[in-house]
Amino acid sequence: MPAPAFDGLAVGDIVAEHSFPLTRDTLVRYAGASGDFNPIHYRDDVARSVGLPGVLAHGMLTMGFAVQPVVDWAGDPGRVVDYQVRFTRPVVVDPEVGAVVSVVAKVGQLDADARVARIDLTVKLGEETVLGKAQARVSLD
Amino acid sequence: MNPELQGRTLPSTEPYLVGREKVREFARAVLATNPINLDPEAARAAGYDDVVAPPTFAVVVQEQTLAQLLAEPDAGIDFSRVVHGDQRFTFTRPIVAGDLLTATLTVPSVKTLGGHSIVTAETTITDATGAHVVTAISALVVRGEED
Repeated sequence: MPAPAFDGLAVGDIVAEHSFPLTRDTLVRYAGASGDFNPIHYRDDVARSVGLPGVLAHGMLTMGFAVQPVVDWAGDPGRVVDYQVRFTRPVVVDPEVGAVVSVVAKVGQLDADARVARIDLTVKLGEETVLGKAQARVSLD
Repeated sequence: MNPELQGRTLPSTEPYLVGREKVREFARAVLATNPINLDPEAARAAGYDDVVAPPTFAVVVQEQTLAQLLAEPDAGIDFSRVVHGDQRFTFTRPIVAGDLLTATLTVPSVKTLGGHSIVTAETTITDATGAHVVTAISALVVRGEED
C-alpha cells in the first residue's frame, strides 16, 4: 500500500476517522496479549472496591487502538516513529452494552526537513475526550 | 516515595525474544488490521524480515522494567496508588518478530506536586547487536495518602 505523499498534506487535514466498539471481551483479550492482568480491567467488584465506577479499558489498550487509523493511513506500522499520549479520563466498559471510542486523526504539524507529519488524535468516549496530547509522528516520503 | 530514585539505572533485563504469534496476538488485541502486523508475506513484501509489531507492543518489553522499578526495595512506591499519567514511544526502527530485545530503565526525574509524586521512567530497548530500537517513557503518578 503506497504511503501518502508528504507534499500533499496541509495542517488541519483530517487523514483518518474510526470508531471502535469495545466489549468486556476486548479487555480480556488485551489482558492476555499484553500480560496486564490488573483485575480493575475485568472485575466489577474489584473496580468498585477501589472507587471506580466500573471496569475500565486498559489505558494502553486505548493508546494501542487509537493509533491504528494512522497506521492504516500511513500504510505501514513502521512509519510511526514517535507516539505519545496522556491518559486523562477512564474508559468505562459496560458489561452489556460495552463502549464506543471514536478517533479523529488530523495533521497537527509538518516538519518539511525531516518529512515527518505530526498527526494529532482526538479520542472520545461519547462527548468526552479520554486521551490528551495524543500525537503520532509519521515519517513519509 | 523515595526521591533518591532520581538518576538511578536498573540492571538490564534478560533478553526478550519477540515471537511471531505474540506479535499477531498483540496486533489483534489492539484491533490492528494492517497486514504488515499480521501476515509474514505482506511484511516481507514491505521489506521486513517478519511481521512488524504495533507501536505500543514495546510496552510488553518495557513492563518488565517497570516491575523491576516497583520492586526496588527502597522505592517506597505503593503499587495500589500508582496511576499511569503519560506514555511515549520513540523509535529508531519498529520491533519485528525475531528481535531479541534488552531493556534498561533509568529514572530521569522524581517530582512532588501537592501530595502526589510523579516518577518518570525511561526504558531504552536495544536489539541483539546493541542498536537502539525504541525508548519507552512513562510518567507514573503516585497519589498521596488522603488522610
